[in-house]
Amino acid sequence: MPEPMPLLTADDLTVGYFVNRKTPRPVAGPLHLTLRPGELVCLLGPNGAGKSTLLRTLAGLQPPLSGRLELGGVSLARMNPAERARQLSIVLTDRVDVGNLTVRELVSLGRHPHTGWLGTLSAHDDAQVQAALAATDTAGLAHRPVGELSDGERQKVLVARAVAQDTPVVLLDEPTAHLDLPNRVALMRLLHRLARQTGKAILLSTHELDLALQAADQVWLLPADGSLRTGTPEDLVLSGTFAAAFAREGLAFDPTSGTFALHAPTGPAMQVVGAGAAAFWTRRALEREGFVPTTECADWRVTVPDGPGLGHWTSQLMGDQPAGPHESIAALLQALRQLPHNHPAGAAASH
Amino acid sequence: MSTAFLTAAPAVAPVVRRSRTAGLLLALLGLVALAFVLDIALGPVRIPLPAVVRILLGQPTDTPAWVFIVQQIRLPKALTALAVGSGLAVSGLQMQTLFRNPLAGPSALGLTAGAALGVAAVMMAGGSVVGSYAIRTLGLGGSWGLVLAATTGAALVMGLVLVLSARVRDNVVLLIVGLMIASVTGAIVSLWQYFSAPEQIQEYLLWTFGSVGGVTGRQLAVLATVVAVGLGLAFASAKPLNALLLGENYARSMGLSVGRSRTLIIASTSLLAGAITAFCGPIGFVGLAVPHLVRALLRTADHRVLLPGSCLAGAALTLGCDCLAQLPGSQTALPLSVVTSLLGAPVVLWVVLRRSNIRSSFS
Repeated sequence: MPEPMPLLTADDLTVGYFVNRKTPRPVAGPLHLTLRPGELVCLLGPNGAGKSTLLRTLAGLQPPLSGRLELGGVSLARMNPAERARQLSIVLTDRVDVGNLTVRELVSLGRHPHTGWLGTLSAHDDAQVQAALAATDTAGLAHRPVGELSDGERQKVLVARAVAQDTPVVLLDEPTAHLDLPNRVALMRLLHRLARQTGKAILLSTHELDLALQAADQVWLLPADGSLRTGTPEDLVLSGTFAAAFAREGLAFDPTSGTFALHAPTGPAMQVVGAGAAAFWTRRALEREGFVPTTECADWRVTVPDGPGLGHWTSQLMGDQPAGPHESIAALLQALRQLPHNHPAGAAASH
Repeated sequence: MSTAFLTAAPAVAPVVRRSRTAGLLLALLGLVALAFVLDIALGPVRIPLPAVVRILLGQPTDTPAWVFIVQQIRLPKALTALAVGSGLAVSGLQMQTLFRNPLAGPSALGLTAGAALGVAAVMMAGGSVVGSYAIRTLGLGGSWGLVLAATTGAALVMGLVLVLSARVRDNVVLLIVGLMIASVTGAIVSLWQYFSAPEQIQEYLLWTFGSVGGVTGRQLAVLATVVAVGLGLAFASAKPLNALLLGENYARSMGLSVGRSRTLIIASTSLLAGAITAFCGPIGFVGLAVPHLVRALLRTADHRVLLPGSCLAGAALTLGCDCLAQLPGSQTALPLSVVTSLLGAPVVLWVVLRRSNIRSSFS
């Protein structure tokens, strides 16, 4: 299958802002970027790396410091605002305070670049608004005032507005911020589905690393030094690029679990015998307790139950009799804490 | 809530909403007509309503003095009130949307102060003993000059506030800036007063009370023309204003040429506030309060509805205030801006108290 034509390309793009009229302050670059139809791309990076600046530049809301930027094969600099608005829509972090506007009216504003001087909606515009409401599961909210919506509903409605603008490219600046976990997951799922079903190229910046790794077709990794890495999320993880990008932030990325380690265990190694969810969560509990869980033979050993409700945890020191059975991880940890010697928490406390 | 209602709601609701809006706009139109006729009927000489209607329709009446009073004094005054009310309300609506600030209005942001400075400048440049009542007796060139000066003054202040608002995002800071600009222009006007003759000061003070009376003939034609142009520009900005509801960045991302639209909106607002202030003095609270009343009444943020709504409500309110200013049965008339402030200030208080988060939400 031939590669689809890119919807957005950037060559040697440097983004940033002007401190004053003469002094540019580059934030990131030079960047080489491509957005293809039907792709969900997540832009990841620490605060201050220039994610918002990059998105605003791609959206034409601020000029690039240097480099070429093309939208649908046409230079962005040569487009007037109306032409650009038919190619690209954006969901910003700006507060939207329009209490009196109904959801349908807000979504209808997305038709702005397609309507006449008075903004009257044609039958086609109405159909597009309806389709956008349906695609984002917000049709049921259509007649609610925007001021009454929850954060999650409001964010979906803002996505609906961008969808109603009917552009091949949609950018979203931190759409998952301020949302609770179920809403974050729902929104990522929605965006992934939109990209697949409508063939739009969707680029969003986010701090939700694990969600991004699961949902994104491509990840754009923008570390604080402004050098961008792009690729399929799994490739970036396996090649260590992902871990390297965040190592500078003092974070240890665990490619096995796809998470960042909160704890840096320094205690004795603990062999975990068993598999499945019980083994995974036992390892997590042991790490929190200061042990270094391992699958290899170690002085300490914990055997986990085979399945949910199927048994008990047992623990033993090499050579000692097995202790237990322990009813739960809490009971296991309790028993480990009572062992007089070699306990990392105890060792730490005695210093 | 039944499922039948849920499925029926999307089809029915917009139609209900639209007919409700149309009904309310018609009711406002009726209110304007009523207040218009009432405003002509009331005054030192009370003319019965049927006679007023007959005279307005050009039918003969048995009291020639009434015809003279209506045609020469009351009709121009009512027409001026109509222009003042609709113009100020629309300029307030545009400013509230442009600044995304519920407390924006021609007087709150120093626009009328700028216009007053323009008027004062014309008087100072004139050098002669020219009060603003005297200015009304100037020829056609004189009144255009006055409008130009007041509009320029208003536009300068508006531009300054706008430049500052791009740097200062905080609504409260912006209002303080407006107050400071008003106080600086007020100081300049005071300085001018200090070096003026007492009779000039008296006339200026009378002007600051605000009045829709005394604007007749050519002056009324000038005022009506400028207000018509201002309102035309405002109605042409309905779509940009709707886009600006979401803020400048969203508006730009939806293909709006923000700079051009902003210029259009500033031009319209300055023309309206400038011309009206030049002829009628600073009339407070109409521009600030009417848009809030209209939003609450029509329950929408769509400027295609809010603009005509503000026009009608502003006209009705100003005509109504002018009726009250006549203190029916008495020989003296109260200053119009006193009446609008007495009525307008409680409205603004109500708006502030009704929403605890006035700083972040206004529409």
